[in-house]
Amino acid sequence: MTTAVKVRGLTKRYGDVQAVGGIDLDIRAGEVFAILGPNGAGKSTTVEILEGYRKRDAGEVSVLGTDPGRPTREWRSRVGVVLQTANDVAEATVRETVRHFAGYYPNAQDPDRVIEQVGLAEKAGKRIRELSGGQRRRVDVALGVIGSPELLFLDEPTTGFDPEARRQFWELIQGLAHQGTTIVLTTHYLDEAEALADRVAVIAKGRIVAEGEPSTLGGRATARATVRWSGGAVETDTPTETVLELTRRFDGEIPELTVTRPSLEDVYLRLIEG
Amino acid sequence: MTQTIAPPAAPAAPAKLPSAFRLSLSRAAIETRMFFREKDAVIFTFSFPIILLVIFGSIFAAELEGTGLNVSQLYVAGLIGSATMTGFQNLGIGISMDRDDGTLKRLAGTPMPRTAYFAGKALNTLLVSSVQVAVLLAIGVAMFELELPSTVSSWLTFTWVFVLGVLGSSLLGIAVSSLPRSGKSASAVIAMPFVVLQFISGVFIPIDQLPEWLTRIASFFPLKWMCQGFRAVFLGDDGATLELAGSYELDRVALILGAWVIGGLVLCLTTFRWKGRRDG
Repeated sequence: MTTAVKVRGLTKRYGDVQAVGGIDLDIRAGEVFAILGPNGAGKSTTVEILEGYRKRDAGEVSVLGTDPGRPTREWRSRVGVVLQTANDVAEATVRETVRHFAGYYPNAQDPDRVIEQVGLAEKAGKRIRELSGGQRRRVDVALGVIGSPELLFLDEPTTGFDPEARRQFWELIQGLAHQGTTIVLTTHYLDEAEALADRVAVIAKGRIVAEGEPSTLGGRATARATVRWSGGAVETDTPTETVLELTRRFDGEIPELTVTRPSLEDVYLRLIEG
Repeated sequence: MTQTIAPPAAPAAPAKLPSAFRLSLSRAAIETRMFFREKDAVIFTFSFPIILLVIFGSIFAAELEGTGLNVSQLYVAGLIGSATMTGFQNLGIGISMDRDDGTLKRLAGTPMPRTAYFAGKALNTLLVSSVQVAVLLAIGVAMFELELPSTVSSWLTFTWVFVLGVLGSSLLGIAVSSLPRSGKSASAVIAMPFVVLQFISGVFIPIDQLPEWLTRIASFFPLKWMCQGFRAVFLGDDGATLELAGSYELDRVALILGAWVIGGLVLCLTTFRWKGRRDG
């Protein structure tokens, strides 16, 4: 398995503010990697350095084997970028825009197929100005993938979506991942990271404070469990034993029984406060 | 995901990047298409100089003493000058908006060569200015006794003044697009100097009626020289006596417009921002 993104000792400072204070990252080809972190943690700065938008102060960065600090057209044609907000090309139609952008790439996909893939086939003739927020975001993704990128960056792709639109968007991203596209995603939504990502990294105060699979992040799977029932709650390392004991006490069904381990959100909040 | 699958449509052999020339034309086509879709902007862009010409030409129809020319002909020449400078305003505002609404950032993330963006804007400007000038000429001829030049050398002068003028003001427009803090403030920031320049460069007010210190300021900017060049074309030798210098100084016109093309290019290359101020 090859490495798509390799970062060692990355730092970036704006005036007095150390935005990124020494980050190491390895993102494997073909995986979906989520970067989590509060606003101002250095998440966007890191991603923008990887995308070739910003210069770094120090450290080694390799994206698809190239230093993004010196982006070439050839490299750009292998990387897709979906930015946070954009309101451009409002007067062009979806099809015109996707076709136009296809012209920039040496190995562009068929524009109509991409439009269909992002679920905009019925809106292809509409001007982008007339689309809803969620539909616009699909155009952004279409423009991000039109050049058949090996690596796709998605910056907070579902902010402002309603729950249904978000689910549909997740399916779209999962479809791309299944085709083998490496995806680097930043998000504020922990359920999104949990649903999409093979691995996540949590950035706080310019450093990576935890990295791993969503299900085991921060020792989540082995953390103490909380057993709750009507009339009480205990935190314990041996929840099964507690439940057995309760079964005996209630002589059968335990009223309102739940056994929980910390959610990704609990772990995340503990990590970024620490 | 544990197994690696080939990326979609992976190239068998590395395909060639599309040429910068082809993409310049492609940018020009989409810019032009988008320009003509903003119907309200199109109507006002084209009707503004026409309405000014009709108003000024009708109010000041008097004959210019001892020349056999009338004031409205002077306005045609002046307004053609300002139509040639439309690129300053259109690009200054248009690029500020492109920077603000994410167009520039999105393009910077694609393999589009950056020159294609500027070439597309320049070609679009050349087209818009040409249409404006053609309409002004038609109205001048139809309503205000404007005579189209009859010699090849006059048309040559017209061509080089127009091309240098459009190029210089487009480059200047690209350079000033970095000044406004946001797309919203762009029209105010950029329209103001353009209106002022029109007043002091001999578009609305004949240049010989301006105080000397104002014409001296105007001499630093291209518009005065563009108008002077167009007066040489449309007023001919009869009008030369009205010039401050007693002649049209075509050599100086060429020199100063050429200097603005080079200066504008240097300004663009050194100051252009692909990112908005809020993007750091």
